[in-house]
Amino acid sequence: MSLAYDHMQIANILSLQQSRPGALLPILHDIQDALGYIPPDSVPQIATALNLSRAEVHGVITFYHHFHTTPPAQHTIQICCAEACQSRGAEQLVAHAEKKLGGRKQGDCSLKPVYCLGLCANSPAMMIDEELHAHVTPEKFDRLLKHLGENS
Amino acid sequence: MSIRIFVPRDSAALALGADAVAHRILAEAARRKIEVSLVRNGSRGMLWLEPLVEVQTAAGRVAYGPVSIEDVSALFDANFHNGGKHTLSLGLTEELAYLKKQERLTFARVGITDPVSLDDYVSHEGYQGLRKALKMTDAAIVQQVTESGLRGRGGAAFPTGIKWQTVLNTPAAQKHIVCNADEGDSGTFADRMLMEGDPYVLIEGMTIAALAVGATQGYIYVRSEYPHAIKVLNEAIDIARNAGYLGLNVLNSGKGFELEVRKAAGAYVCGEETALLESLEGKRGIVRAKPPLPAISGLFGKPTVINNVISLASVPIILAKGAAYYKDYGMGRSRGTLPFQLAGNIKQGGLIEKAFGITLRELLYDYGGGSASGRKIKAVQVGGPLGSYLPESQWDTPLDYEAYTALWAVLGHGGIVVHDDTADLARLARYAMKFCAIESCGKCTPCRIGATRGVEVMDKIIAGQDRPAQIDLLRDLCDTMLNGSMCAMGGMTPYPVLSALNHFPKDFGLVNKDTAKGDHHA
Repeated sequence: MSLAYDHMQIANILSLQQSRPGALLPILHDIQDALGYIPPDSVPQIATALNLSRAEVHGVITFYHHFHTTPPAQHTIQICCAEACQSRGAEQLVAHAEKKLGGRKQGDCSLKPVYCLGLCANSPAMMIDEELHAHVTPEKFDRLLKHLGENS
Repeated sequence: MSIRIFVPRDSAALALGADAVAHRILAEAARRKIEVSLVRNGSRGMLWLEPLVEVQTAAGRVAYGPVSIEDVSALFDANFHNGGKHTLSLGLTEELAYLKKQERLTFARVGITDPVSLDDYVSHEGYQGLRKALKMTDAAIVQQVTESGLRGRGGAAFPTGIKWQTVLNTPAAQKHIVCNADEGDSGTFADRMLMEGDPYVLIEGMTIAALAVGATQGYIYVRSEYPHAIKVLNEAIDIARNAGYLGLNVLNSGKGFELEVRKAAGAYVCGEETALLESLEGKRGIVRAKPPLPAISGLFGKPTVINNVISLASVPIILAKGAAYYKDYGMGRSRGTLPFQLAGNIKQGGLIEKAFGITLRELLYDYGGGSASGRKIKAVQVGGPLGSYLPESQWDTPLDYEAYTALWAVLGHGGIVVHDDTADLARLARYAMKFCAIESCGKCTPCRIGATRGVEVMDKIIAGQDRPAQIDLLRDLCDTMLNGSMCAMGGMTPYPVLSALNHFPKDFGLVNKDTAKGDHHA
């Protein structure tokens, strides 16, 4: 059963990290890196290990945009929507991406806004999974998406 | 001897295909039986030319860019590995006007050295500041930093030396050095470029800070959106520790300093120092009330120096060359240099380290070459999402903290975002409110509720619904946020909003400029 496996993996992460000062964020990062998300079932386990209330752990998970509690899509596309990217057509790029991704199968790609990837002189910018892309035109977006389709 | 070729590993270069270019160069060299040693350097900061490939020649490094994988074969045909001419030739890197006119103190090594090579760092004047500091008393180190005139480069511009003095004066068994590398402002990438291009200078600066105040533990809090910076820092910290520059006995001084990278989790407000400390403690990034100051009761309740990346990275050169050397740059009470970041709709975007006092017009046209779209530049936002929009009438004011305050603008971190005449400032003002609503930590009402009300009011203004009354309401709301918020998030969101309204009233549907000119501060 996958649930039991998750618990064991989380127990390992907890035993490695729980004595560090301010351990909760490093623990949540490690869990998400290992499982792709933070299973809501794991909240009591994390809380017990750190001597926190479940509410405190839940509060931290939901406060930060980076953490999510459901399994991610196969690919995550993050388009920067901050000012420097807006000045070079980020809004049009998002509209284009929404239209393109509408035709793909569910659970394949999720599109998320991100506020600054630090590529502000080469905007608009985006990240596909862990890979950065700059000067993204709609044509370049289509090319990258096609490439993604071929690899998955 | 093998030929040295440089292909940056900076995120901006990677986002434009630098890894593929590097692989192709190695493959092509192997095919042609040319012996090549490839260095993955930081970026020179001429970001429109990335990936910028450089080759070491007897005359100096020559540059080619922007290079795509399709160009590599032709570059070899043109004998670029010996400095041969090609349509992408830019000549000697150091002679390029964009770079030559700069005053690179903090960024002296970025783009030149291999970021993780400790030998490179030391042979380019690295660790000279720390070696001097080890021979000085703690108070003398703090005095050098105070005398240099260095002010917080993260945006607030608080004198760094005074912060350090407070921590030095507060007795405690444990003190901390925290580096704020949560560079979330759009239009800023200096922290990222420095961490990716010269991590040791930050490590050295933090070590000097630790000696100055008696701290033994340091943390670098880096945003999760910067995976490459995190990787480079971790690599460099390991190497520095193994070489005795970090650890229980720094350079056999009997003094210890440990350093650790902590990954943030995508909350903009954690760039605010007290929210950052909460986050480091493993909590939600909620702003703390001040006092107590972090210098007295900071991380885990201990006295804490919390400084921005560029502030800490400017310390080694101050110690190495003396306070007077650094102070000699700049104007008024803004001493030294600032790495300006030219971004958005600009032809030649990048990093320009210059002494304070240069004007926006010089940066936009002499360096930036005008807009990328070729259209007229309409508005320039300086200092990040919480900074004012400046119209052309203000572009000749020197970039100086006090001169910008007098304009009711913010110099901040030196981030500059350019918008051409297709930009609608009412929409950008709405975005400022929306961003605040998304990123507010929720602790204080003016920010948490005010930003949401601000989006609603802006929607009505944009829709042309009861405009004069809605604009009065917007000013009233901004007044509450300015004066009632606990930190800069809610307290400065009115800067982009009101500057947009006051300088670009037409975009808000106001025909007569006079009707829009309210009191900035009211």
